[in-house]
Amino acid sequence: MKSSRRKFIAMAGFAALGWSVCPSLTRAATEAGPKLYFKEEGSLEASQWAMAIDTKKLDRQIMNKCIEACHTLHNVPDIDSDQNIKWIWIEPFRNLFYDQSHPNLKNKANQPFLTLCNHCDNPPCVRVCPTRATFRRPDGIVLMDFHRCIGCRFCMAGCPYGSRSFNFYDPRIYLENLSHEYPTRSKGVVEKCEFCAHRLDKGQMPACVEASEGALLFGDLNDSNSDVRKALRERYSLVRKPKLGTGPKVYYLI
Amino acid sequence: MYHSNKIIPGLVIFFLAMTFPFWFNIGSEAYSTPELVLPEDHEHCVEAVEFMRAEHMTMLNEWRDAYVRDGYGEYQSMLTGEMYAMSLTKTCMNCHNNKGDFCDRCHDSVSVDPYCWDCHIEPEGVE
Ligand code: SF4
Ligand code: SF4
Repeated sequence: MKSSRRKFIAMAGFAALGWSVCPSLTRAATEAGPKLYFKEEGSLEASQWAMAIDTKKLDRQIMNKCIEACHTLHNVPDIDSDQNIKWIWIEPFRNLFYDQSHPNLKNKANQPFLTLCNHCDNPPCVRVCPTRATFRRPDGIVLMDFHRCIGCRFCMAGCPYGSRSFNFYDPRIYLENLSHEYPTRSKGVVEKCEFCAHRLDKGQMPACVEASEGALLFGDLNDSNSDVRKALRERYSLVRKPKLGTGPKVYYLI
Repeated sequence: MYHSNKIIPGLVIFFLAMTFPFWFNIGSEAYSTPELVLPEDHEHCVEAVEFMRAEHMTMLNEWRDAYVRDGYGEYQSMLTGEMYAMSLTKTCMNCHNNKGDFCDRCHDSVSVDPYCWDCHIEPEGVE
């Protein structure tokens, strides 16, 4: 009797060991299998994407074209209330740069500028998101995974630039024509500009950059030959709220 | 047995209640696989039919993470070795371009209601 109880305990021990090892074995098996996922051919790559906005070239018409290009492509609804959704929008200079009052810039106070998500180096929105629905890709794009967003809005509270919008409604109610290039969102999800990550992966430039007639420049910040770096070498530039240490990657050429 | 006058009827009631779904459905029609409209101009799917039937939802979940989070855009078929864009609308719905005749028939008959279509746009000409 005694010896069989011992045997039983020993067997149970082995079985438990087996179960604890087995899951990692199955994973090892699939990882060793064929690789099924690949990057798209001709995708644009960078170690840190950045945008430079040439404020001298911006006028109302160009700004509206940029907004139109982005919002129609991404099915961003236009809701006539404070519950509107915006990925890229117009703000006067004094709202964007109230903390940077260079005397020579006083005359700019009312000039309208374009603004969007800054794709920060050190994004507070990413740090506070409990589900990792928003995350920073290795190429510096701060992306939303709409599938994971639970609508807690921590990221909206975290973002010091107001770059995020919340869907209080099903956006399709407000969209006359749907763009088949990009999904809509569902009610209860936070959204923002995603630097057109899906276009870069296909080898295309962001939609607003294409529509901007040269007023928006886009490229790799760490490549000294990129448009953005060239422009930053030659012109005086500002970023929003530099003191917060978020490291914005949208530069305003003054 | 003590209290057999209570225990035995109790067991009988318990047994009947447990097996209720079985005898309630005796004689009713067996589940039949719904008839699906398959795309005419395509010979095979991304993977084998049996695999797609059993695994398409798992596969779509994996595609979603690989595409959105890891930036992979292309999937190599284990069946043919061909490359496909990992896209619900551009790959799946390009062949199965009538959601009502394909996706919905099965989903309805097994009472599942995937929320993919809350955001992803089904091909035109449906609904
Ligand atoms: S601008 Fe706001 S939303 Fe965009 S990365 Fe920075 S903190 Fe996040
Ligand atoms: S980069 Fe793309 S998503 Fe961002 S504002 Fe421009 S068009 Fe919109």
